[in-house]
Amino acid sequence: MIEETITIAQVNLPVDEELKIAKHRMRPDVGSVKKLEEAHKRIGIVTGIHGDELEGQYVCYELARRIRETPERLCGIVDIYPAMNPFGIDNITRGIPAFDLDMNRLFPGNQDGDMNEYIAAEIIRDMEGTFLCLDIHASNIFLTEVPQIRINELHRDILVPFAKRSNVDLVWVHGASTVLESTFAYSLNDRGIHTLVVEMGVGMRITREYGDQLVDGIFALMKDAGIWDGEVAPMREPVVSYDEQAEDVYYLNAPVSGVFIKQMEHGSMVKEGDVLGQIVDPMSGKVLSEITAPGDGWLFTVREYPVVDEGSLMGRILKPHTET
Amino acid sequence: MRRETIYEIKSLYRDDFRVTGFRFGSGEKAACIMGSMRGNEYQQIYVCSQLVRKLKKLEEQGRIRAGKEILIIPCGNPYSVNTKKRFWTIDNTDINRMFPGYDLGETTQRIADGIFQEIKDYACGIQFASFYMPGDFVPQVRIMKTGKENIELAKKFGLPYVVVHDPRPFDTATLNYNWQVWDTDAFSVYTTSTSAIDTKSAAQAVNAVLGFLSKQEILDYAGFGEYESRVVASHDFINVRMDYAGFFERIVGAGERVEEGDSLARIVDPYTATVRQTITSPVDGMVAFAHSEALAYQNTAVYKLIPEG
Repeated sequence: MIEETITIAQVNLPVDEELKIAKHRMRPDVGSVKKLEEAHKRIGIVTGIHGDELEGQYVCYELARRIRETPERLCGIVDIYPAMNPFGIDNITRGIPAFDLDMNRLFPGNQDGDMNEYIAAEIIRDMEGTFLCLDIHASNIFLTEVPQIRINELHRDILVPFAKRSNVDLVWVHGASTVLESTFAYSLNDRGIHTLVVEMGVGMRITREYGDQLVDGIFALMKDAGIWDGEVAPMREPVVSYDEQAEDVYYLNAPVSGVFIKQMEHGSMVKEGDVLGQIVDPMSGKVLSEITAPGDGWLFTVREYPVVDEGSLMGRILKPHTET
Repeated sequence: MRRETIYEIKSLYRDDFRVTGFRFGSGEKAACIMGSMRGNEYQQIYVCSQLVRKLKKLEEQGRIRAGKEILIIPCGNPYSVNTKKRFWTIDNTDINRMFPGYDLGETTQRIADGIFQEIKDYACGIQFASFYMPGDFVPQVRIMKTGKENIELAKKFGLPYVVVHDPRPFDTATLNYNWQVWDTDAFSVYTTSTSAIDTKSAAQAVNAVLGFLSKQEILDYAGFGEYESRVVASHDFINVRMDYAGFFERIVGAGERVEEGDSLARIVDPYTATVRQTITSPVDGMVAFAHSEALAYQNTAVYKLIPEG
């Protein structure tokens, strides 16, 4: 196996520093592979577009560690991109700190554009030729999510079969929106590079169990693609929600501002009327609102960050009628 | 003049979040003027405050036409202004990426909805906007190309330029875009500055808006010193980028006329004071935008020029 770290975009910063976006490539010795065409097949593991979402950091590490255990099983190329937004990771910031820009609204970028547009364009250029890409997110610092893959309805027919083989708990097909056309995943799927958006865990933390679960899924996807010929763990069957009309999910938004004390963990099955948590006022010591389930279902998202404004999302419940 | 609370939310530990509006005249919803929606948009609030003062006087003088109502909302986001944060306090979302809003959604979707429900039925909508890059503008009216844009009407502001802009995906969630979709003639007015108050361009913007309202027969006002607006497509702007990063020493500012080859700015090595690059104008034209910060990044469009037509 050959390993190399490759810089894919580079710009000089004003004061004595270079900004480099890099990837780590693991590939077999061409002489040692059985099928040459598979030796050029690539999977891309991408994370860190939002600098405060760190779940993907563990996935990148663990994937490389496991490949190195049996490198002879690697038949294709694994490109690991752990930090698309290094400024954001360094500053514990979702966006690009110096610019207050959401990097996931800059794609496909522009080679002749400003620094960030240029970097976005170079990233897209580097992804060309990739067979399958996983863009790993961690919700945000406010919400904890069960491991899931989100798919734009425009790409559902191609992506759902891959998503079902990725060992997540939920596949959520959502409606298209013009705003989302600036995302990394949309730009790649639009170019025919199959890209799955993973959401799992919570911002600023690593949930090792979820990372291990996803890495198992990545090995299964690699095996299906002929990039890996080692053993893979049995895959779990995800719940698939075809929610293009946005009718499958109850959204729980805070009716008042306050401090949310959760009572149910994410992943719980709930019945209509179950108390999920309370919004309290620590000043008066009173309960401002009791948050109950509007219907039966699966609490797949729950609020982690306690302070809520009126409207803040506290949870999502998947209604029980969806396809499995 | 009637001062009203357009939208409010109760907070846990802060005073209520309030969006305040000022209404002048009564009757048909003729024009709505929106100021800041981000915490660094001081100039946008300032221009609205000048308009509030001026319209109060004009109303007292009986110069608002009968049956016409004007609404001014100087600030859609006082919470962020008061804490000097550009976007929403808790989750850093941008209210001007949430239109038309959603009354059952997240906080900034609700604020956008609360504002939009009040302002969507006005015949004309004017927003004082800002650009995400730090810099100064030549005063201009921007209008988004949605198929419903009214360029002839935009010329009535009498500002030097009317810029026609092709919407990008994220523009579809802005106020300007949604106003147009809901059949309001919508315009974004850019004055020179954003987080610094520039009284000269503020006065020019006040004059432009009052002149526009007068031409629309909403009030009686004699403007002064108007321009014959030139219409430019935003994709015709010439971006002047730097090949190097460093300290930015500006030679030419927004609104200045330049000739091909004129020096525009220098990029200086922050440690040795060596000039890394002197950038020059590639065309004869007008400086529509000039970078204004000490630091400049590589590839940044530090100038946007409108070539002489």
